[in-house]
Amino acid sequence: MSDTPSATAELKLPKDLAAEKGMVNVQIDGVWRQFTKGTRIIEACRSVGSIVPHYCYHPKLTAPGNCRMCLVQTGMPPRPAPGQEPQRDENGYEPIGWMPRPVIACANTVAENMGIRTSGELVEKCREGVMEFLLINHPLDCPICDQAGECRLQEHSVGHGRGVSRFIDMKVKKPKNVDIGPRIRLDDERCIMCSRCIRFMDEVAGDPVLGFTQRGTHTTLTVHPGRLLDSNYSLNTADICPVGALTSNDFRFQMRVWFLKETPSIDVNCGTGTNITIWTRGNKIHRITPRQNDEVNSCWMPDSHRLNFHYIDGENRLSQPLAKNASGLHEPTTWSAALASAASAIKSFAPDQIAVIASGRMTNEELFLTRALAKNIGTQHLTIVPRTGEADHLLIAADRNPNTTGAKLVWENSAPSSKLDSIRSAVGSGDIKALIVLGEDLVTDAGFSSEDLSKLGLLVQLHTLANPTASRAHFVLPTAAFAEKRGSMVNLSGRLQRLNRAVEPTGQCRDDWEAIRDLICAITGDKHEIHHIEDVFKSIAENIPAFQNLTLSKIGHQGTQITETGHKITLLENERARKAAGLVNG
Amino acid sequence: MAVVKLQRPQLKLGEKIYFGALVKGFILTLGHAIRSLRGKSVGAKDLESSGLGVTMQFPEQRWDSHLPDYYRGAPALVTDEQGRERCVSCQLCEFICPPKAIRITPGEIPSDDPWAKVEKRPKEFEIDMIRCIYCGMCEEVCPEQAIYLRKDYLITGLKRADMLHDKKKLYEIGGVRTGLVNKWNELK
Ligand code: SF4
Ligand code: SF4
Ligand code: SF4
Ligand code: SF4
Ligand code: FES
Repeated sequence: MSDTPSATAELKLPKDLAAEKGMVNVQIDGVWRQFTKGTRIIEACRSVGSIVPHYCYHPKLTAPGNCRMCLVQTGMPPRPAPGQEPQRDENGYEPIGWMPRPVIACANTVAENMGIRTSGELVEKCREGVMEFLLINHPLDCPICDQAGECRLQEHSVGHGRGVSRFIDMKVKKPKNVDIGPRIRLDDERCIMCSRCIRFMDEVAGDPVLGFTQRGTHTTLTVHPGRLLDSNYSLNTADICPVGALTSNDFRFQMRVWFLKETPSIDVNCGTGTNITIWTRGNKIHRITPRQNDEVNSCWMPDSHRLNFHYIDGENRLSQPLAKNASGLHEPTTWSAALASAASAIKSFAPDQIAVIASGRMTNEELFLTRALAKNIGTQHLTIVPRTGEADHLLIAADRNPNTTGAKLVWENSAPSSKLDSIRSAVGSGDIKALIVLGEDLVTDAGFSSEDLSKLGLLVQLHTLANPTASRAHFVLPTAAFAEKRGSMVNLSGRLQRLNRAVEPTGQCRDDWEAIRDLICAITGDKHEIHHIEDVFKSIAENIPAFQNLTLSKIGHQGTQITETGHKITLLENERARKAAGLVNG
Repeated sequence: MAVVKLQRPQLKLGEKIYFGALVKGFILTLGHAIRSLRGKSVGAKDLESSGLGVTMQFPEQRWDSHLPDYYRGAPALVTDEQGRERCVSCQLCEFICPPKAIRITPGEIPSDDPWAKVEKRPKEFEIDMIRCIYCGMCEEVCPEQAIYLRKDYLITGLKRADMLHDKKKLYEIGGVRTGLVNKWNELK
């Protein structure tokens, strides 16, 4: 029994063991580890917790290696003389011959028996040198620069800078405060020529309008003559710019980032369900940025979706329950009064004369309770409003409802919006006399005419904003906007994701699910037994197979795939193709 | 560390009956009272006495001329000899202020302003003087030499709102300060 598995394993060298798995042995800062062949040095180091400082490298973009900040020291085993057996230590690794010259970690890949040092005198000297050169012409703008607080140059200055400048000549002057597009401001003096923005516009957005002109210290980032940086993805360049050269016009001078609290959530402007971070101070949202999720949106998001949050504290925001008085004017009232009178008004109609119109912008929890509401009323007329637009072949889906898939699952109905047309004509013909409309504006988005609505005996509206439907409604109940509530949605590709509360609901606004729950209770006269949104999710999990064994907290910040729909997100397909071609690391 | 044991002093009979010490103290106090009535208190001159003892009659009499240069009174914003608002609303003072007394609304300088190149200045700048503890952190942290603790100490008001110094009031207190670094002049 000489060749038992353990005996052969003892004979094998580490390099052979690794090669069997398609891996290589690499020593990082003195510790031997295994990495997949072809891994970039910078990613290998990152995965074991030693972050190599860098500017130009971005895992989703090609690596031109032009900032030189990521220099590390590497070594390989010395080449044996002809006929000489390579030396090995007791673990089977060959000794490393350290190279006196550093290499960039971002564009080089790991190799068998390679040694990497991410610290040490050589590496530290390199970083100090690169920092000194970068700062030679850098303006002293930090007090007025929006990037301050999240600026790589500031961070690495603290880590590897000199503190005092040795440069006594005049700094090179470059264009400042340049208007290069509707949403982006450029400050060329702050640019460190990393070319991330150029590569993003070229490789991801497919609109290569940025480029460098001039040479040496005069290199200037600029937009192609006659063109503007007006792509719907332009704000991503401000996110990836490691310095404050590109900043967002919308966020410009609004608030310092160190005051902002980050809340992970998801975008609700289309079916893709882009992962976002909501940045707030107190009860005000200051900006929204994409959050990395390689199954949904990679690191990016469209500008149109990112900027669509100002309505939350805008002029049209509803903040208290309203009821129409005898002369047809809206008067503020209390929640309990509004709910009680709405419920008794609803009960005065035959179930068949009542329709419930919900929204594909509602969360699973809200949709689940809406179905319960329709069931309690006893009506079959239940629908959501379809919302379609043009897909942009990157992230924006044609379905602009963020939770159509959720509606299908939660309502166990493959066409949740199919009854809208019949309800609309029944309202026109007078067969339906009462409407409960949740989160939708029927006049603008669902093709109802104002005459249709004026025929109604009862119109109850739950919405965040004042709109033509609300102005005709007998009861207007103000509800929470997407950043003000918790809940879950399922995106077009079948991924269950979470919304989180970043700010408190404005005024007397209530979470939709609470408002629906209270309306159900007001109709049935029961005392409610649902105290938390978790309870709602629990009943979904008990009743709907796709949600089985899940809770809100189990969904996690990256979401959970609960069904396969076959929907493809073009931007991710492009990214995977680039990765397969070896252009990016992913 | 070595432990040193102290012995209580052994009191004599005279000391145990403390009446003698009381009388001594009374005589000392009486001496001061008489000197004070004669206007001859010790140190009365140095302490700007109003004549009776060493007491200064505030607020009729003030200590103001004696305030040292490092005195920390109300924080205020300053302009420089070119009339430029020095604050660029970087909000560092707002961040550092321990009792969170400062609240800044940043804003952009319009492009037709002579100082448009500075790009940023506060739209509103409020210091809540009920909260301020006169610590001077704001002055220390300011990268633009824009906020200083002045010698104003009589910050009073009848309402909370009176105690809120807005931008106008802060520049009023701060006034012009010369001899500061003018980094925005030639470098931009
Ligand atoms: S880019 Fe960074 S280092 Fe440069 S001015 Fe802005 S915050 Fe300061
Ligand atoms: S603008 Fe920013 S992202 Fe673009 S090259 Fe300059 S530093 Fe890099
Ligand atoms: S002196 Fe201290 S407490 Fe007062 S405003 Fe300045 S930092 Fe705040
Ligand atoms: S006073 Fe100074 S620290 Fe405070 S915001 Fe203005 S420039 Fe910044
Ligand atoms: S990150 Fe490697 S050269 Fe820029």
